Amino acid sequence: MLGFMKVKRYIGGEAEVIISEVVEKIRKPKRYRIPEIDEELRKKRTRSEVRIMAMARKVGVATPIVLDVEGDKIIMERIEGEAVKNVMDEEVARKIGEAVAKLHRAGIVHGDLTPMNMIYNNGKLYFVDFGLAFHTHDIEAKGVDIHVFFESLKASFENWEKLKDAFIEGYSCYERAKEVLERVKEIEERGRYIDRSKYEVNR
Amino acid sequence: MIALGIEGTAWNLSIGVVDENRVILVEDRPYIPKEGGIHPREASQHHAEVIGELIRSVFSKIPPQKIDLVAFSQGPGLGPCLRIVATAARALSLKLNIPLIGVNHCHAHVEIGRWMCGVSDPVVLYVSGGNSQIISKKGGRYRVFGETLDIGIGNALDKLARYMGLQHPGGPKIEKLAKNGRKYLKLPYVVKGMDFSFSGLVTASQKLYDRGERKEDIAYSFQETAFSMLAEVSERAMAYLEKDDLLLVGGVGANKRLKEMLKIMCEDREGNFYAPPTEFMGDNGAMIAYTGLKLFLKGREMSIDESFVKPDYRIEEVEL
Repeated sequence: MLGFMKVKRYIGGEAEVIISEVVEKIRKPKRYRIPEIDEELRKKRTRSEVRIMAMARKVGVATPIVLDVEGDKIIMERIEGEAVKNVMDEEVARKIGEAVAKLHRAGIVHGDLTPMNMIYNNGKLYFVDFGLAFHTHDIEAKGVDIHVFFESLKASFENWEKLKDAFIEGYSCYERAKEVLERVKEIEERGRYIDRSKYEVNR
Repeated sequence: MIALGIEGTAWNLSIGVVDENRVILVEDRPYIPKEGGIHPREASQHHAEVIGELIRSVFSKIPPQKIDLVAFSQGPGLGPCLRIVATAARALSLKLNIPLIGVNHCHAHVEIGRWMCGVSDPVVLYVSGGNSQIISKKGGRYRVFGETLDIGIGNALDKLARYMGLQHPGGPKIEKLAKNGRKYLKLPYVVKGMDFSFSGLVTASQKLYDRGERKEDIAYSFQETAFSMLAEVSERAMAYLEKDDLLLVGGVGANKRLKEMLKIMCEDREGNFYAPPTEFMGDNGAMIAYTGLKLFLKGREMSIDESFVKPDYRIEEVEL
């Protein structure tokens, strides 16, 4: 059976992902960056990704199991299913909200919450990319996390407002949800404020 | 058809005249602050003082009877500056009895870039003083997929330059200094999904200056960090949207190191990198004229009542 399996190669913004019977995620050197920046980023992100994936699973968010780590390469379990990008609806958005609540409660900020980084299979939601995740209990960081997700909804789906409401419904099981969502509003406002005063700086 | 466009959202007051095939002329009257950064009221006073002379100068090269349409930058930008430009455009439209069209400034940057580079559906990296955005078309309109969470890259460069005692505009001065940078000094690299942030980077660079590090090394480290962030989010957007073309627009796009990094990034993912000639990267009247003409040919027109300025005008609001 493996002989028939197609190997897919995907070059993301950060890493190259090779999907065969397993998933290999390789943070190859980026030629556009000087080595001083590039090497540190790749090392730091690889280490932190593995650590945070394990943490996420511990608090009940489904992630692929890491099989091996070699330098800038992570080998992990392959998750079957549909990219959330293609199956997004209110039900899925609510489940995303519940999962993000669990992550935030554990102090995990995902750093790249987009439908592209999630897989859906028979009602089960997997987070497959923790490449930009970090650990903090800071409300601002959690607010930005959700702001990034809302922006990605807005950019990708016509019915983003309904999806946003469904997400909030799911997320509200987090004890500090109110506080974080208020911060999200502030972050949105701030963006607008900057728009208005964008040239009026330094005076 | 010949369109005249007036740009004046911030520091540069510029008139461009184009037809469907080429840019006929561009004339600029930039406001240069005597010290410090751009002050909105002073900028608008400058625009008000020179706009009459600028229009006469343009009409000495192309007679007003030849103009079929007047377009103007409706926003986003500084309110006082926008009002000067809109007033001049309305007056021309009434006087010459030709249609009037307000244009979104960011949209105009994207359109002139696409036109000059002949690229149809790119991911656009738009970098200027106040704006830093990743824009692309989806579902029949332009959408912003990523942007700065605080200040634009141009403002960040200006802030750092001014802190190190350099005059406005700071970007070209930082670029020059960076060429002689030898040592990379560690700076915060802040990317969150397709969004990014520069204010922490500015503060950290200012601290390096206070500590007595060489200006050249600070400039070099700042550019390498900030531009790596921009290249990374551009690449992420290309991957996400499954598009192979990247188009760079906006005044900071004149920076050679930024162009080089984006070009390498595109090469390595077998994509294509495009950038219009430098004179059409910064704010200019031709981009307003061309975008106005394009919208008009699609049947768009504006009454005087609809021509109010929009200081917060977002590209997502533009009906294509």
